[in-house]
Amino acid sequence: MSRTLLLPPHHYLNDGFGVRSWLLTRDHKRIGLLYLAAVTFFFFVGGAFAVLIRLELTTPAGDMVTDETYNKLFTMHGVMMVFFFLIPAIPSVLGNFLIPIMIGAKDLAFPKLNLASWYIYILGALFTLYALIAGGVDTGWTFYAPFSTVSSTTNVIPTAVGIFITGFSSILTGLNFIVTVHQMRAPGMTWFRLPLFVWAIYATSLIMVLGTPVLAITILLVAAERLFHFGFFDPTLGGDPVLFQHLFWFYSHPAVYIMVLPAMGVISELVAAFCRKQVFGYKFVAFASLGIAVLGFLVWGHHMFVAGQSVYAALIFSLLSFLVAIPSAVKVFNWTATMYKGSVSWSTPMLYAIGFIGLFTIGGFTGLFLAAIGLDVHVTDTYFIVAHFHYIMVGGTIMGYLGGLHYWWPKISGRMYNEALAKISAAIIFVGFNLTFFPQFVVGYLGMPRRYHAYPPEFQVLNVLSSAGASILGVGYLIPMVYLIWSLRYGRLAGSNPWGAVGLEWSTSSPPPTQNFEETPIVTWDAYEYPTPVEGRVV
Amino acid sequence: MSDSPTTHREHHPALAHHFGSLAEQKEASTLGMWVFLVTEVLFFGGLFATYAIYRGWYPEAFAAASHELDIMLGAINTAVLITSSLTMALAVHAAQTGDRRRLMIMLVATMVLGCAFLGIKGVEYHEKFVAHHVPGLDFQFEKEYFRHAQIFFSLYFVMTGLHALHMIIGLGIMAWMLRWSWNGTITRDYASPVEISGLYWHFVDIVWIFLFPLLYLIGRHG
Repeated sequence: MSRTLLLPPHHYLNDGFGVRSWLLTRDHKRIGLLYLAAVTFFFFVGGAFAVLIRLELTTPAGDMVTDETYNKLFTMHGVMMVFFFLIPAIPSVLGNFLIPIMIGAKDLAFPKLNLASWYIYILGALFTLYALIAGGVDTGWTFYAPFSTVSSTTNVIPTAVGIFITGFSSILTGLNFIVTVHQMRAPGMTWFRLPLFVWAIYATSLIMVLGTPVLAITILLVAAERLFHFGFFDPTLGGDPVLFQHLFWFYSHPAVYIMVLPAMGVISELVAAFCRKQVFGYKFVAFASLGIAVLGFLVWGHHMFVAGQSVYAALIFSLLSFLVAIPSAVKVFNWTATMYKGSVSWSTPMLYAIGFIGLFTIGGFTGLFLAAIGLDVHVTDTYFIVAHFHYIMVGGTIMGYLGGLHYWWPKISGRMYNEALAKISAAIIFVGFNLTFFPQFVVGYLGMPRRYHAYPPEFQVLNVLSSAGASILGVGYLIPMVYLIWSLRYGRLAGSNPWGAVGLEWSTSSPPPTQNFEETPIVTWDAYEYPTPVEGRVV
Repeated sequence: MSDSPTTHREHHPALAHHFGSLAEQKEASTLGMWVFLVTEVLFFGGLFATYAIYRGWYPEAFAAASHELDIMLGAINTAVLITSSLTMALAVHAAQTGDRRRLMIMLVATMVLGCAFLGIKGVEYHEKFVAHHVPGLDFQFEKEYFRHAQIFFSLYFVMTGLHALHMIIGLGIMAWMLRWSWNGTITRDYASPVEISGLYWHFVDIVWIFLFPLLYLIGRHG
């Protein structure tokens, strides 16, 4: 500890200064930071809409905004958060930064394509921001036809174009990761020596590459119907609206796994590093990622139990949806088993990891409720659904994202953040999150439908609790913004391996050099080879 | 750019810094194109699924609407595209053997055939426009099948339109390859750009091989 740490003389952050050196960079680490800036912006834009939604819902009367404005609020909240934050957050920020370093490569396979992906994302984002400024869109993030193709008079087309374009960013990022993991691994870095984060990102990339094009074509069909009256989904033109739902959820259910699988990868890294142990059942956790990716494509029909789908289809989709619980549970059990008799340290990233495991478990279990057709019919389109998927996306993905951001922040920036503040804000986020969303399970089960700006007065207590929780959660998200930025200049120097973790990313300097390693590493060890604790140690 | 202290051995100008050899680089870019083509399969797959569902529901309307397509022009276009695949394959071979003159001739031939395809497609689109078979633009069809023939023509225009868009992109890629052949970037050691472009071109052809029977030949058997 007393050793004086110095920043390395040459690293990716001082290899060129000025706007051009960032906007024209091909360095995966810098591109990761470009994404970090962009997704953080959209997180707070999406968050601002959430604030307005929760403010409206503090009183039963629809007194703050009109019902039309309210429709736009939850639509823009969903669009911003799903397409411009949750989907790119972990893959494009942490994945970009870490995948090449973790496998011992100098860069992703296609650095120019990687930069192009960022610009494509920004272009899509600009269209969507234009739609927002031009008056918003009110279809819900799901764009159900024929409302989106015929009835809605809002900015469906610019939003659709924005999502269509951003989808290609997602596809190309996934393609880049797949080729990189196949082709760029350092000598000795076999598939079963890969960190589990790489497995998770690989599985996620498969979903991005296979699912996103289906969303693209669906959006195109919506646009063709809206602009040229080509009949695909509108019954008056001979089309079938349920077909839209099939096509949409074929992507958008797997998209849930695009959001949560990378977070699971992060948790595997955190649990190993802060328990000082090999992840229990490494291969099971690795294959569970692939299992989730595959099964995730077979369950979309559970979004349509009330949509006029055949009972037999519903039955099969229900069964398959239950099956997703198996690989998910494998992960939760294995993380827990890793913690068992590990030497657990309670650093901030570990707090997020434990938060993830708990919240994901609740989100996952309530997912099983929803896979059961009878119960699902009762709670369809209620706040129970809203609570369920926020437990997965906010309690899961954002917890994983923040945990990962804290864990690798010393590697990214070369400096440590304020640990006390970080722990406090992790606790605030956990409390605020549960206060926001747990009451929504209750109010949904009692029958409050989602997407209404007014509600019966007996639901007010639970809604006020939820809004209060949201304000706590908001504070919890703002604090890390402040201390992370502060640490860039004033943080204590981290050194190459502040956590004493294993993994190639900790063997290079912090921040890493532009080429990642002084010389290409040769890997002769398995992932997470932590030294075995001294035997006979008194516990 | 490359003022790094490490001394590089003399290496090929097309070799990017993060690859060990041209062979590695070629393997990566080939895999990249295959993954991209998988994406494309899913992209068109959404359309084919939509087609399958509506054709299953409305077979008579689809057959009636299909009979309005010009089977002769469609067949000629199929032949044109298959020939362009041949010239593309010959271009790849010429690139691999370092025969620059033949490479350029074959690339030009591929582009000419691609343009011929688009021209014929344009003639067909014009016919549909004149015959009021464009949905949304004063669509006319015999009463019995009016609604569902609209779906057929919607699918026809979206499927062939997206295919044509891919052809146009393909022509752009061919022009780019022609430039690289002209300025000597493509050599026997570095033929992979042409090979990978060939993969894309063949894929676009294969899409048409499915589109032609599905759209033009409904109910023509027996």
